[in-house]
Amino acid sequence: MSGSIRSTGLSRRRIGQSALGLAAGTLAFPAILGAQAKAVKVGLIHPVTGFVAYNGQQNRLGATMAIEDINKAGGIKSMGGAKLEALLGDSQSKVEVGVSEVEKMNEAGVAAYIGCFQSPVAIAATQAAAKYNTPFLIDVAASDLIVKRGLKNVFRMKPGFGKCVDDGIAALGALSKGAAKTAVIVHENGEFGTGTAKLLAGKLPLIGIEAKEIIAHENPTRNFDNAALRIRTAAPDIVMMSNYGNEYMLLARTLFQQKVNVMGMFSVLGGGFNYKFVKEMADVSQYMMDTNHWYNPRSATAQALKKRVEAAGSLFTFEVYLSYTAVSLLADALERAGSAEKDALTAALASSTFKADLMPYGPTKFVDGQNQGGVPGVMQSLKGEIEVVAPAEFSSATAVFPRPKVS
Amino acid sequence: MTLDIAFAGIVNGLMSGGIYVLVAVGLTLIYGVLHIINFAHGSMLMLAMYGVYYLFKPPLGVDPYVALPILVAGSFAFGYVLYRGLIGRFSHGKDENILLITLGLSIIADNAALFFFTGDTQTIDVAWAGRFVEVGPALIPMPKLVSFVASLALCAALGLFMAFSDTGKAIRAVAKERQGARLVGIDVENIFAISYGIGIACLGAAACLLMPFFYVSPSSGHAFVLVAFTIVVLGGMGSFAGALVGGLLIGIVESLGGLQFGEQLGQIGIPLVFILILLFRPVGLFGSR
Repeated sequence: MSGSIRSTGLSRRRIGQSALGLAAGTLAFPAILGAQAKAVKVGLIHPVTGFVAYNGQQNRLGATMAIEDINKAGGIKSMGGAKLEALLGDSQSKVEVGVSEVEKMNEAGVAAYIGCFQSPVAIAATQAAAKYNTPFLIDVAASDLIVKRGLKNVFRMKPGFGKCVDDGIAALGALSKGAAKTAVIVHENGEFGTGTAKLLAGKLPLIGIEAKEIIAHENPTRNFDNAALRIRTAAPDIVMMSNYGNEYMLLARTLFQQKVNVMGMFSVLGGGFNYKFVKEMADVSQYMMDTNHWYNPRSATAQALKKRVEAAGSLFTFEVYLSYTAVSLLADALERAGSAEKDALTAALASSTFKADLMPYGPTKFVDGQNQGGVPGVMQSLKGEIEVVAPAEFSSATAVFPRPKVS
Repeated sequence: MTLDIAFAGIVNGLMSGGIYVLVAVGLTLIYGVLHIINFAHGSMLMLAMYGVYYLFKPPLGVDPYVALPILVAGSFAFGYVLYRGLIGRFSHGKDENILLITLGLSIIADNAALFFFTGDTQTIDVAWAGRFVEVGPALIPMPKLVSFVASLALCAALGLFMAFSDTGKAIRAVAKERQGARLVGIDVENIFAISYGIGIACLGAAACLLMPFFYVSPSSGHAFVLVAFTIVVLGGMGSFAGALVGGLLIGIVESLGGLQFGEQLGQIGIPLVFILILLFRPVGLFGSR
């Protein structure tokens, strides 16, 4: 996979196989669009290669499915049924490549960007897009810095790590009720993990927990034996984790193999906390908790999409439904703006009251580009299933805390 | 750092070092004979790890340790054929061509893995993975202990093979004096292919030992490549003993550095030791001019 932009070329590749089958229908018909309204080019910038390739492929899957659905439903009606056309970009999990994708897509006449999964890539790519005043919708990327630089072109539906930390700490406090006194935080050393760890260390004292040690690690990390040793030595009540998928899984597995006994393992935006991890490593994941983005289990649309994704052989991970939602938000703004002109589209996004049907969100309201209606869920792995334990209105199980001792 | 923690750190380092040794031995063998750095080493490790994963998955359900002879034989055959059919044929005897071909192979293998296996991370969960052995203050998970012992045993077996078998002697002869070996009737091209095959077979073994506690994704092999290169140069290019001592040394330095200075800054120990050794012994610990 090079960093080149590919429009409609998705069907020739099996990368994101499922996306392919699901998306090919609409993306394969640009030729007939000439007779219709001009297609609106949407730049999808995700890391479909590199160390977070899986996450990026999931993002792409969700976004291309949404484009397919919107086009099937008649496109953007206020623009004469204009179809959305995906320009597929690969950031290769690298900041500089993400920025070059922005530049290339700008040359290709993109109306808006959606991306980027990784916070550092999102920070740089949104800055690059700001030069052209092109709207940039963040589907996944946790850092709050992304929306705190006064860039008028940046919009994020999902909550950032600040909100996720606040809600996670509140949920942990409610479960602990003062029983847990100490924690060790293990985080990846990029913007996402470092930022989250700083927030956690600052907020844990509010619920009577002291962060005894903060352990940063590289991506990728070959082993966590020493981290496990340091955790065993510190003997905390809670282990808090903030890592991307591979390291999340490796750390959890190492702590399990090294019999680290704690009251709870709690992550905020845990990159590896998904159906696959919970099902395939049920022993390792048992009782682990995560504050993360979660779909609305009571939404018929979400359940139908989940079925389609799973039928195509993929997992219904947060990347899928957040990217789907970002495309839907863009389509709604285009519909109201009646144009893909950048100022009009930016204004339509800024004033959006879009209802994110897939998500358990309140009404959309952007303040400085951040949606105020987004809320994360708190999940726990119980017997190979992911159960929502907070907020109460969406919960499917009662949390087990503290976890039973490992022998 | 207390003595107990230092001891546990050294044990952890030795366990990691065992795997580094196996990866580095393959690399140093290929270098010693072919005089090239095999840029495809990480990608070949990744492919072998996928091999272990798919053998373990239903319906086959082969335990990774049972799969070891299969993977070693399969990886050897793959490496041998790859050299005979591609690397040797298209290098036209030029070392720089071999270098470029292995680099190209690496790119092709990584992207082919993405194409066929997707970027998803795969793991295997064996029933005994949760068992451990207590050695004083150190707690050694069973898969890591097995990998350490097996790595050293395989290295010893390879060392004996190189020292006493006719093929091993021929490999050493080609490594020392290519032209002379040819003159005494050794099929040098065949020895090149066998050496490359053995190097890749080491990766097959490493994959079986790694998978019970690591994961595989299209980029996972590269996590071990830089450290393996460091070990090969530090131990002495082409030296088995160098790879063995270097691998264990780097494992311990990495572990103690991580404990003392944190996981990030602790990594500085590896280049520091590397520079110090090369400063006083430019050919590496066991290298010869």
